Parts: sequence; C-alpha cells; structure tokens
Amino acid sequence: MAGGGRRVDADPALVMVSAMEKIINFFKSFLLLELLKGMSVTGRYFFARHITVEYPDEKTPQSFRFRGLHAQRRYANGEERCIACKLCEAVCPALAINIEVAERADGTRRTTRYDIDMTKCIFCGFCEESCPVDAIVETRVYEYHGEKRGDLYYTKTMLLAVGDKHEEQIARDRALDAKYR
Amino acid sequence: MMELLQTLEQTGQNLLGPLWLPLWTLIKIVVIVAPIMGSVAYLTLAERKILGFMQVRPGPNRVGYWGLLQPLADGIKLLLKEIIIPSSANKFLFVAAPVLALMPALAAWAVVPFGDGMELANVNAGLLYILAMTSLGVYGIIIAGWASNSKYAFLGALRSAAQIISYELAMGFALVCVLLAAQSMNLGDIVRGQSHGYGLLGWYFIPLFPMFVVYFIAGVAETNRAPFDLAEDEATIVAGFHTEYSGMGFALFFLAEYANMILIAALSSVMFLGGWLPPINIAPFNMIPGLFWMLGKMSFMLFLFLWFRATFPRYRYDQLMRLGWKVFIPLTLVWLVVVAAWMQTPLWLW
Repeated sequence: MAGGGRRVDADPALVMVSAMEKIINFFKSFLLLELLKGMSVTGRYFFARHITVEYPDEKTPQSFRFRGLHAQRRYANGEERCIACKLCEAVCPALAINIEVAERADGTRRTTRYDIDMTKCIFCGFCEESCPVDAIVETRVYEYHGEKRGDLYYTKTMLLAVGDKHEEQIARDRALDAKYR
Repeated sequence: MMELLQTLEQTGQNLLGPLWLPLWTLIKIVVIVAPIMGSVAYLTLAERKILGFMQVRPGPNRVGYWGLLQPLADGIKLLLKEIIIPSSANKFLFVAAPVLALMPALAAWAVVPFGDGMELANVNAGLLYILAMTSLGVYGIIIAGWASNSKYAFLGALRSAAQIISYELAMGFALVCVLLAAQSMNLGDIVRGQSHGYGLLGWYFIPLFPMFVVYFIAGVAETNRAPFDLAEDEATIVAGFHTEYSGMGFALFFLAEYANMILIAALSSVMFLGGWLPPINIAPFNMIPGLFWMLGKMSFMLFLFLWFRATFPRYRYDQLMRLGWKVFIPLTLVWLVVVAAWMQTPLWLW
C-alpha cells in the first residue's frame, strides 16, 4: 500500500491487545512500579549479612596447596635437600629460576647459586611439582613485599631461611597432600 | 523551659537594650546552623554506611568505633589540602562561587519551623522565600562552572542550570497545591493546617499524594542528587561543575549539597508530613516534643535520598528533561485544578 495509510490486514483482536498493553504499560510506569521494585531489592539487601572480609582482621581460609612465597627445605639433620638437578629451572615457564652447580668437598652435587626472581615468578607451582626431593616448595606466605629494586630477587640463603622459618607448616601441608600424589 | 527563655530574654533586654535583638538573633542563628553543619558531616557518614549496607559491605569502619570519626577525618583532610586556582580561571568568581552555593542553602533555614513557634523568622511569605533561596543556589554552580574556565565544569554548570529551571517549575506547582490546601504561605500555618484532629490522616500527603511524590523527586533533582546528578556526572564530565575545585572550595560545595538535601527533607516534612505534629494525636505520641517528630520525619526523607542513590542508575539527559517537562509539569497542572475543584466540594476534609 502506498503512502503510509492504515494497514488493512491488521487483526482487530491484535490491535485491541496492543492497545490494552499500552494502557497497562502506561499505568505501570506512571505508578512507578518498577522503581518501587528496584527499591525493594536494595531495601532487602540493606538488612543482608555483609560478605566483606575485613582483611587485616579477618582472613579467608587457605588450602594446604596454597602457592605463595617459595622456600628451600632441609632434611632433619640440617642438610639441604636440593641436589641441583635443575629440573625446576628447566620447567619454569617464566624463566625465574637461576641455578649454578659445583661439587662440594664431600663429593656431593650441590648448588652454589639458587635464585628465584619473584617479580618474574607466576606462582604456577611447576618447580615444586618437578622437584624429585621436595626441596623447592611454595609456602602459604603471601604477605611479603620489597621496598627497593632487587628486594624480591630471592637468593639461596633467603630461600633457605624461609624454609627454616616455616618448616613445620610446610611438612604438615606435604603430609596432607601426600595421599593425592 | 519556655519561662526560662522568657526570663533570659527579659534580662538581656534590660542589660543591653537595643543591642540585645541582634545578639539574640545571632545566638539563634548559631543554634540552628551549628547542628545543620554537624548533621551535614554525619549525613556523609550515613550515606556511605547506607550505600555500603545496600551493597552488602560494611562501609567506612576504620576511623573511630563504627567509623564515627570518619566525617572529622574527612573534614580535616579537606581543610589541610591546598586550594588550587587554575591559572586561566577568573579568580574572584572562582573563590566566590562555593560561598554563593552554600549561603542560600543555609539562609533558607531561617523560616523552617522545627516546632510550634521554633523558627528564626516567622515570615508570612515563607514559602516564597524558600522558593527564592533554593533557586539561588544554582548561581553558585553556574558561576563555579564558568569561572573554572574548564570544558567539564562549564558543561556541568549548563546541565545544572537547565535541570534546575525545569524542575523548579514542577516544584513550584506542587507547592502551589500546598498553598491552596493550607491557604497560607507561612510555613508554621501550613503545619497548623494539617493538625485537624486526625493525626496522620490530616497531613497533606494524603490529598496531595502525587504532589508529594513530584515535590520530592523534583527536590532530588534540585539538589543534583543521584539519579539526577548530571551536573557532576563522573562518567561523562569528570566531576562536573566542581572539577577544578580542591580543598575547602570543594568542601563548601559538598556542604551546600548536603545542606540542601537536609533542607528539602525538612521542607517536605513541613509541607506534606505534618512538620512537628505527631502521627497519632493520643497520649504516648503527643507527649514527645514536636522537634523530635520533625527530626524523625527529616531523617526518613533523608534515608529516601540515600536509598534512591543506592538503587537508581543515573538518568540520561534527554530522559531527565522529558520527565521534567512532559510528565511532572502537566501532572502538577492537572492536580492543581483537581485540588482547586476538590476544595469547593464538601468532600475536602483537610
């Protein structure tokens, strides 16, 4: 049909329905029903329990598989575990581990240098998984920081110190995880 | 209490003679303005707490018990901050604008009755004075926007001007309905007009319910509050008219906005919710002093302000204009005629 007149094939019943809908919609918006509905939602949430974890006072529970700051472990007799196999260095996807090896006076193979650059580390846990003697592990510690450039470059002594400090927790977590490995 | 005040006035009159009246008025002004400033400070805390609660989080709770010292900390921070005046700004107007915004917001309180006879000035044309003062506030915003010489501030000021002109009309017509019902422009008489024995049922929000809604929504728009805060729409124009302000200049705009909110809450309580009158005029309720009823009603209206902010997304500018011109103004005009006709019939019980 030319020129925008009335459509002849419009079903009168449909026209009625759409007219009714228009009227209903008009009253719906005029009485601010939807706005009141929205306010009832926020009103209900006003009384809801807060889900905020107030961080320094409250902490979320941690898994025993938590992957935080790295540590080097020792055996009970004080001997360091690491045998300098370099598997961790090889597997590290971020190339964050740097190892140098030498033979010690007693003929064992040991690292002379074992550095992890925490600014490169992506905390994937591959080093821990690849280690045949459970020497390099990731602890639950996540509250650490560096104040100047280089502070997050962890050397062998630093890693061993972390391990000595948290050995109890580390051992407990390994024991819990043992049955799944 | 009343006798004490009267003897105080009498002795003051005898001691100081003609100097007493200005001194007494100054004391009254301090007694009104100081609590308003205090409520403004704590309204900011209430806002952050209520917004927090509605978003299922606790809100500020580090400064003092339950965050109760937060407003103080904010105030000190703003006081100590440097006031930066943009090099291309008009310095005089830039500094004058926050003052111009705050002054009318506080001046309007002169005629607000907090209880029967508890007002600074018993002005017969109180309603007109209120309308004049609430409209003056926009000059501070316009001047701030212009004097900043910044595109964002300028856009914010233009938006605010257009918005306030649009909503002032609807607000005015809503108030004309109150005027018709009360047959007085004196705010005290408007409250007394709502005291005809029914308690809650005598208040004007019942016959004038649509006007109550329109007045309050227009009030939200008038004070540039969410969802009508296009003058400081951070999503499009940074911070709107106060983009260039820092330190105390910003604090004054903040104070003005919140003082205006409290004012609108007080006015809607006076004009629609029976001001200082108790909701049920029997023993336990009418024993409580009117001041507390007034404050309670104001708190309720203020809670609505914050509830709106927590609930509604900001209007688009054309939607804002459409609501003002194509919904509110026709609605108020029609209701004006309805009320006028209603009052000629015996069905008018107010």
